Amino acid sequence: MLKSTVDRVAGATPHAIAKRVRRLSDRALAWLFVAPSIVLLLAVNIFPLIWTVRLSFTNFRVNRPNAEVQFIGLKNYLSILSDKDIWLTMQATAHFLIWTIVLQVLIGFSLAYLINKKFRGNDLWTTIIVLPMMLSPAVVGNFWTFLYQPQIGLFNYAVGFLTGADPSSFSMIGDVSLAPWAIIIVDTWMWTPFVMLICLAGLRSIPSSIYEAAECDRASKWRQFWTITIPLVLPFLMLAVLFRGIENFKMFDLVVQLTGGGPGSITELTSINLKREAFEKWRTGYASAYAVILFVTVFGLASIYVKALNKVKQR
Amino acid sequence: MSSYSVTEPSQRQKWFAGILVVGYALITILPLVWIIATSFKSPSDAIAYPPKTFFEPTVEGYVNVFTTRTRLSEEQLQAVGEPQTWYDKLVRKDGLVISGPSRFAERFTNSVIIGFGSTVLCIVLGTAAAYAFSRFKVPLRDDLLFFILSTRMMPPIAVAIPIFLMFRSLGLNDTHAGMILLYTAVNLSLSVWLLKGFIDEIPVEYEEAALIDGYTRFQAFYKVVLPQAATGIASTAIFCLIFAWNEYAFAVLLTSGNAQTAPPFIPTIIGVSGQDWPAVAAGATLFLVPVMVFTILLRKHLLRGITFGAVRK
Repeated sequence: MLKSTVDRVAGATPHAIAKRVRRLSDRALAWLFVAPSIVLLLAVNIFPLIWTVRLSFTNFRVNRPNAEVQFIGLKNYLSILSDKDIWLTMQATAHFLIWTIVLQVLIGFSLAYLINKKFRGNDLWTTIIVLPMMLSPAVVGNFWTFLYQPQIGLFNYAVGFLTGADPSSFSMIGDVSLAPWAIIIVDTWMWTPFVMLICLAGLRSIPSSIYEAAECDRASKWRQFWTITIPLVLPFLMLAVLFRGIENFKMFDLVVQLTGGGPGSITELTSINLKREAFEKWRTGYASAYAVILFVTVFGLASIYVKALNKVKQR
Repeated sequence: MSSYSVTEPSQRQKWFAGILVVGYALITILPLVWIIATSFKSPSDAIAYPPKTFFEPTVEGYVNVFTTRTRLSEEQLQAVGEPQTWYDKLVRKDGLVISGPSRFAERFTNSVIIGFGSTVLCIVLGTAAAYAFSRFKVPLRDDLLFFILSTRMMPPIAVAIPIFLMFRSLGLNDTHAGMILLYTAVNLSLSVWLLKGFIDEIPVEYEEAALIDGYTRFQAFYKVVLPQAATGIASTAIFCLIFAWNEYAFAVLLTSGNAQTAPPFIPTIIGVSGQDWPAVAAGATLFLVPVMVFTILLRKHLLRGITFGAVRK
């Protein structure tokens, strides 16, 4: 019965043709499916990037469309790399990047470690902790300026309540020495759950048999933590750091709304500085060179980091 | 009979961990609770010192976020006549009259149109590409996938200049279509990577069975794979929607009058006399609460979404 059906189907289509049509349609389908995405990304990402590179060698300014565009070689790059202000924004970015990552890794890992103790209701509390991460950084950042107001702000009130300081005696976003910490606090508040979730996945991926074996060998809890937990969570932790690093290197929305780069230019991270050059001073060519430098930096650092990550994974 | 396990934390450890985590959670949602609470305060309650925990709730903030108001003198107020509606009465208390709608509703609608538009496009393009990457021998597959992911590393401001120029010459600046295209491109990397992970998990045998039954490749994709991937597609869609919803950098640089979305608009809400915090909070609440609800719905797939499918639990 079955054989006769197969025979009939086979007889109906000549073998060679059937094979060719199917293979052809598979390949055509593959191209049909992939092409639109690739074309869109080329148009909206790669083409603009190439354009940026081209503009970076000129003195073009968007607000002077009639001025003659001159090819000025590497002049933009040289003047950026020798500009002291830009090195200051790089320092501000580095300060922001390092502290947010350190704090988020420490708090995020600790939280994950505690949640992994599987107390009752841990799912509910995990979901609550995760909420800030998914919200719009611009809208939330804007509201934090209200929380940071001297006197009436909740943050200042809470600090005053806990330390006894006068809540109107300090301004988190108005003070040169406090503003860099103001943005670090909000970013840490927002993104610690991200590191926490990844660490939690790492902790849950460790089979309990390893701990049981360690227990049989009379390894102390402390030793188990350093020789089992940390090495096995490390690849996850490094992945979290990679994501946070890239995201915070690009940081724009949250900080623009919080401090706008001020006071002065103490919290002017590279993206904000770049936006000033490109969309306020309209130095298009110069800003393009700046953008290329930033992109090469992110891409370069990320590639080196991924290599390191793969090494850790292989161990 | 309960078996004893050396790896199970003791009751005391659980209590200790629970208290610390709950403490952190309560502190961490305080700013969010404060946004919602402030949206129901009167302007004077909002800026009271010490900050007010208990207050008489009012919807003034919500009325203010949707309207523009002007302050009138006594004679002018009398000329206008008695307030007619409840919201007229509410603002009349402060000697104001409603002079028209604000642009909030419009901005919110823009966010909805651009958010949903780009999500639909992203899912259509992403599902097709993910299926092809998952099932076919696409030449340079790994390179293409990496290329798609790498588009995410670019700082938005870095490509904003030429996109601004390109959109200007194509007439796409400050249009819904332009923003939908842009957000689709931004989120495409996420949707391709996430969906590829979901489709990889569907056994190939199902399609092979369908192909043997005489389905064409496309039918097999449409009738077998898509229904199987429904949950994955739904959660990917919510991620794309949330990211498009929250996006700020492109929105603030490329839109102004016509297609501006809510994130650049909400911080600019001001009242008759200075920053109107209850109105800002009301706008923020309306904007943030849908995302909170979606986050709770998504909690099982959250980790996967935020790591582009790199960590699956």
